[in-house]
Amino acid sequence: MMQITCPWCGPRDQREFRCGGEAHIKRPADPASTDEAAWADYVFMRTNPKGTHRELWNHVHGCRRWFNMARDTVSDRILAVYAIGEPPFDPDAAPATSEGAAQ
Amino acid sequence: MPKYSIFTLARNALTGHERWTEAWRSPPPKDHYDVVIVGGGGHGLATAYYLAKEHGVRNVAVLEKGWIGGGNTGRNTTIVRSNYLYDESGALYEHSLKLWEGLTRELNFNVMFSQRGVMNLAHDHHEARDLKRRIHANRLNGIDAEWLDRDAVLKFCPVLNGDPNIRYPVYGATLQRRGGTARHDAVAWGYARGADALGVDIIQNCEVTGFDIDRGRIAGVQTSRGAIKARKVGVVVAGNAGVLAKMAGLRLPIETHPLQALVSEPLKPVMHTVVMSNAVHAYCSQSDKGELVIGAGADLYVSYAQRGGFDVIEETLTAIVEMFPIFSRVNMMRQWAGIVDICPDASPIIAKMPVAGLYFNCGWGTGGFKATPGSGHVFAHTIANDQPHPINAPFTLERFASGALVAEHGAAAVAH
Repeated sequence: MMQITCPWCGPRDQREFRCGGEAHIKRPADPASTDEAAWADYVFMRTNPKGTHRELWNHVHGCRRWFNMARDTVSDRILAVYAIGEPPFDPDAAPATSEGAAQ
Repeated sequence: MPKYSIFTLARNALTGHERWTEAWRSPPPKDHYDVVIVGGGGHGLATAYYLAKEHGVRNVAVLEKGWIGGGNTGRNTTIVRSNYLYDESGALYEHSLKLWEGLTRELNFNVMFSQRGVMNLAHDHHEARDLKRRIHANRLNGIDAEWLDRDAVLKFCPVLNGDPNIRYPVYGATLQRRGGTARHDAVAWGYARGADALGVDIIQNCEVTGFDIDRGRIAGVQTSRGAIKARKVGVVVAGNAGVLAKMAGLRLPIETHPLQALVSEPLKPVMHTVVMSNAVHAYCSQSDKGELVIGAGADLYVSYAQRGGFDVIEETLTAIVEMFPIFSRVNMMRQWAGIVDICPDASPIIAKMPVAGLYFNCGWGTGGFKATPGSGHVFAHTIANDQPHPINAPFTLERFASGALVAEHGAAAVAH
């Protein structure tokens, strides 16, 4: 159970949010010339890490806006909340914030 | 291995049950094995047992990082059924159910398989149509399935709420009478004992930390107790398949989620069957000890934390109390989560990997326990012959590229 800090609405109960899965997955630039293995990798294969996971969340019962979040999948501690379009969160580069940490 | 019987029971009773011999050895790992199985859960132990028994491969080790049966084998709700929709899954789960039916005798170990029936509830007309379609599919595949209308459901399981004015009233249900429950620990212990008697080394507290791969071929594993050479390696590690795949440089179509369950304080017998509901996301049975065993939904984000969120428990118990008002004041004793590896089509991967001599049996998602004997049986065949058994041939990793998915979300019971 987590308390997530929405970039627009502030700290809210996890129940208000919906996880949209792994973030920063790039659609192949030219689908018509992409082979089956590369397409399967894009559609189905996931990093699924035991550790830092960068994922999409939607404040579905609030402002309904999407954002990125980095979370430790073992402790459920939230490491960062950042905007769509920003580069992937790097746990080695940024100090962990206490804001929005797992309750 | 001494055979268990009424006579050994009587003899040991006379000596105060202090002279039972150990059920399996705890040998130190050897330097080399023909086959190393990574993961000492029910599936891994069953694989080792069938490798030794049916394929004559006896130089086998099962490596378990904790204790055998301590992962999802000990964390599930013990339900066994085979009423899946598609031919591929029907064949796999029915193969397993048939093995369950003779397993206690096969292993000379009471796995307490109780064919008390499994009901899948429908709460409205559309769900009923969907479930009836599944009944027809099951029957075409030789799997027993029948439809109970509302009155028949309430007669079969009188503790269900018959009030037609609740949010999700009982409309009807499918019933698979050959389904039921089994004792989860006994399955692991029975297979361990059987495999050990055939010469398999069961090595606990031995974590695999890497694979030795030589020119595209498996050569062995690195473990917390040193390097072990192996000609073939079978990986059966529910909840850690992604972690092991990464060590071998593979990517899997799997995401890992907590799946929660609870048990109540023990009650007198009140419920003689298994009741499941997809719509309200709850299922319930009563163990032989009298505890209500309640299964919840999966937490809908990737997590390896073996506890899960409270919101899921709250939703599940809300549903249970509406379905069974008689349970509203029962205290819950324990809550936990198993870590399940979910494939996008809710079907497992039991297949050869791109590395020669490496095999994965993973992605069982929210319902692997019921498949334990069949999964081990076909995986042993795959490892021994380096090609799949006809039953697991559809469950490849390559299906995600070819598009030949086995989409079992409807019959997998837990939505995800």
